[in-house]
Amino acid sequence: MPKVGVLAMQGAFIEHIKMLKKCGVKAMEVRLPEELAKVQALILPGGESTSNRKLLKKSGLFKPLAERIEQGMPVFGTCAGAILLAKTVDSKPGFFKAIDISVKRNAYGRQIDSFEAELKVKGFVKPFHGVFIRAPIIEHIGKNVEVLAEFGEKAVLAKQNNVLVATFHPELTNDTRIHRLFLKIIEQTAIEGNALNKN
Amino acid sequence: MKVVKGSHKVKLGLAQMLKGGVIMDVTNAEQAKIAEKAGACAVMALERVPADIRKEGGVARMADPIKVKEIMRAVSIPVMAKVRIGHFVEAQVLEALGVDFIDESEVLTPADPFQHIDKHKFKVPFVCGATNLGEALRRINEGAAMIRTKGEAGTGNVIEAVRHVRVIKEEIEALKRMNAKQLAKKAREYGVPVKLVERARKLGRLPVVNFAAGGIATPSDAAMMMQLGCDGVFVGSGIFKSAEPEKRARAIVEATTHYNNPEIIAKVSENLGEAMKGQDIAELKERLQERGW
Repeated sequence: MPKVGVLAMQGAFIEHIKMLKKCGVKAMEVRLPEELAKVQALILPGGESTSNRKLLKKSGLFKPLAERIEQGMPVFGTCAGAILLAKTVDSKPGFFKAIDISVKRNAYGRQIDSFEAELKVKGFVKPFHGVFIRAPIIEHIGKNVEVLAEFGEKAVLAKQNNVLVATFHPELTNDTRIHRLFLKIIEQTAIEGNALNKN
Repeated sequence: MKVVKGSHKVKLGLAQMLKGGVIMDVTNAEQAKIAEKAGACAVMALERVPADIRKEGGVARMADPIKVKEIMRAVSIPVMAKVRIGHFVEAQVLEALGVDFIDESEVLTPADPFQHIDKHKFKVPFVCGATNLGEALRRINEGAAMIRTKGEAGTGNVIEAVRHVRVIKEEIEALKRMNAKQLAKKAREYGVPVKLVERARKLGRLPVVNFAAGGIATPSDAAMMMQLGCDGVFVGSGIFKSAEPEKRARAIVEATTHYNNPEIIAKVSENLGEAMKGQDIAELKERLQERGW
């Protein structure tokens, strides 16, 4: 069974660990390169993206993490995590540039504009409860990006290869369906990886 | 499509997003930018830091809205601001300005001798100070989305911050040893519904995000509060009253993330220049922590 890491620079990382455990997956906090080396996939949690960026550089995690993402390690970013993975942020080059989307930070407004809404997610029978906290908006998506949910005609859950991003916080609910979606991506990657090795 | 704004869930949610981070007191746009650059997860907009409030005396009130706006414009991280205990109109003003979090704070001069603000009425989340479990649960019952242990602001002395965290911990431990009747009695003593006391007992911690505050001045102070189980730290006077605020701010942020890693704390603690001078608690004329109840 894969071990899934949760980036633990700053933010709601414990909530993701709890969700993963609920899904029956081994999970660990990742703060250092040697911890990153122990995991097969990584969740980048919500928090403050600027704070996370500084800490990623300081802890020496930026480079090895960028390399792992480049090599195809599955990653899932929620809110600030999605900002870190985006190709473009506020019209400037993004941080990991792992998914072909442009995001605008705090795009719905300040905290008083934070909201909850029911979302229709591709493949889910029942709606998913979306909690949006000072959320970014995905303004543009590249042609290889698959949109899995929208709100107000903008993508809020999207996927490109092994990269999944949500502008809301599934970890603040008790609903594990989106985490399970990520686990499926991890599983798929492992199968493909094995097939590749055999060839 | 149904959209709900300003719910209790999104208020608690923002507090969750601040966890593992450092919230820094700032008095102008320039300091706010320094804090953001250092990796602060939020800033607290103030007219004077607690150390100066203490020194200068007089009535301390909510900051000038122009100051708060200036700071909100300067940074993209969440901006908090303080109101006097019970001063619901100052809180209405801050909500109208669009601040992201309101601190109903004992650092300012209290405005109501009987009541704290009814925080359920606001869409903006509130953080409140507490020195013990009863106080924390009363604030949560009034709608606080986050608690900060009070410590003793403006002293650069961590002892009271540690005291309050340990007291709350001990009181939660005591709940675990109680039967239903004793719990009901405790809830009456605290002046909160028994449900809330049961929740703290079940979780083994406060039911909302809990930051440490009041006297944190070094990276080791911050890491100590984290190891004691706090979710993050507020640093007030400790940064901009030190010799090299930028360096110290960065170091405290790193120490908070790597709180369990003494090698990293050692490394970031090197060469920070002088910390704020600080004060012995016994020498204080007034203890801010005694404001509120």
